[in-house]
Amino acid sequence: MTALAIRAATYRPAGWLRGLGLLVLAALLVIWTGVPIYNLLFIAFNQEDDEFSDDLWPDQPTFDNFLTVLTQNHWYLEHFWRQFGNSFLVGIMTMILTVLIGALASFVIGRGRFRHGWLVSNAALLTYAVPSSLLAIPFTRAMQQYGLWDTLSAVVLAEVTFATPYAILIFHQYGKLIPLEVDEAARIDGANPWQIFSRIYLPLMAPALVAVGSYALLLAWNEYLYQFLLLASTRNMTVAVALDQFFDSDEAPWNVMMAVAVIYAIPPVVIFYAMRRSMLAGLSFDGVKG
Amino acid sequence: MIFQGSDTAWAVAFLLPYAAVFVFCVLYPLGIALWLGGRPHLFVELFEDPNYLRTVGNTLLFVGIGVNLKMFLALLLSGLFIRRGWRVRAIFMFFILPWALPALPAFLSIHWMFIGWGGLVHNFLVVLFDTDGPIWFNDRWLAMGTNIYAYMWKWLPFWTVVFMAARVAIPKEIYEAAEVDGANGPRRFVHITFPLLANLYLVCTLLSTAWTIGDFTTVAFVSGGAPALQTQVLATPGSRTAVSIANPPLGIATMLSALPLLIPLVILLMRRVHKSGIQL
Repeated sequence: MTALAIRAATYRPAGWLRGLGLLVLAALLVIWTGVPIYNLLFIAFNQEDDEFSDDLWPDQPTFDNFLTVLTQNHWYLEHFWRQFGNSFLVGIMTMILTVLIGALASFVIGRGRFRHGWLVSNAALLTYAVPSSLLAIPFTRAMQQYGLWDTLSAVVLAEVTFATPYAILIFHQYGKLIPLEVDEAARIDGANPWQIFSRIYLPLMAPALVAVGSYALLLAWNEYLYQFLLLASTRNMTVAVALDQFFDSDEAPWNVMMAVAVIYAIPPVVIFYAMRRSMLAGLSFDGVKG
Repeated sequence: MIFQGSDTAWAVAFLLPYAAVFVFCVLYPLGIALWLGGRPHLFVELFEDPNYLRTVGNTLLFVGIGVNLKMFLALLLSGLFIRRGWRVRAIFMFFILPWALPALPAFLSIHWMFIGWGGLVHNFLVVLFDTDGPIWFNDRWLAMGTNIYAYMWKWLPFWTVVFMAARVAIPKEIYEAAEVDGANGPRRFVHITFPLLANLYLVCTLLSTAWTIGDFTTVAFVSGGAPALQTQVLATPGSRTAVSIANPPLGIATMLSALPLLIPLVILLMRRVHKSGIQL
């Protein structure tokens, strides 16, 4: 009993201090993460011309800024819903093409033991490691030459170019979890490579497809530089480029701009949290080997 | 072996879409970059511009401080977030929100936070300490610090999750054996966790460095290069010069000037990845 009492006396202050330390750390993390998000909402809910007040919260919170956006009631927002649709279209097309192209390539590299497969995986790794902004201006030049400049197809191509390497690397790793004997059994039963790919490989890869699909969708939604360089006409713009127009103007209503920013941020946040398990799993399997 | 003999045609057909993307959207633009931006007189023009040299210095500071501080904090925080319990889980779910949030709204918000008069930080200082505080974007170092803060805020969650996944993959038996030997928290971190994660930490740092050298959005929307273009990094004039001054070759040359740093980095990274089989 005495020994136990001594141990308890020894450990209690340490445990108490540790608890307090964790609480302080938790508070710091919440403040660190929360302040920019709070500020976004603070301005979006503030009344027009109140953005230069000394307040820490909106004096009279209002939905007016959101209504202005939703009803396109400002000359900056004339095509808001069309631009929102453009962002969606770019996101969905990027998702479909990235998953398809990445799955086809990883199938050959991983399952087919294709002799020149290493060339493809090295090309993918190289594209993955090189910052996309390095190619931004020459890519724009290339799209002008292809006759695709100021079209959504050019943006989709750009997003697919930089999302596919990640897809190939993830699919390649995930595919290693599926025994090669499954393919060989199908082969003996007379299946051709396309049948093995579509009826065996794709269904077994479903979790990785969801993870990469979500990643590609978010990448396309969040990317700015290529959309800014590739799109010029107001009707073809995505919301990201439209937001930049606000930023560049001296007369832009900041409250309305922040309301646009909040609305623009909702879809990726919802998709992220809905798909978080598969997205986090995409980062977690086979994390460390070396 | 799926692709045998005549099946090579299938393999080629399967690889064709990616090969097309790589050739038309990576190789060809790379060719254009070298053709337009690789002319010596452009680099002479760049090196004669004092703004350019300052931009290189800014890039080294932004990347050097931002990446290393972020990676180290991510490594430490990953230890906190693999703990069990609903409280840790709840904070974690909130902590990863910046990763989910698009960069543009987040950086616009941070820009406005530090705008000076009327910004949230200014208001906070007025309400609590009755002082106006600095005009952040009028001072080069404060503006630089704000850019680094914004960058870390956005990307810290992603790398924390990467390290969490790696920590979870470390066999529990190793920690149990260390506990028997009397190793406590910090000693376990120094003698077990860090040595086992060192290779992944290095690869992630190299990858993050390569990406951050090309980071355009943070500086473009947080400080916007202010004051007087003193906080620009290579990616901002590299993209803005081409558009606003209509001199694409100079913009390309600015970005190409990062290659002496980028090429050894990518080679080292690829060798490390192949050698250790780390998944990225």
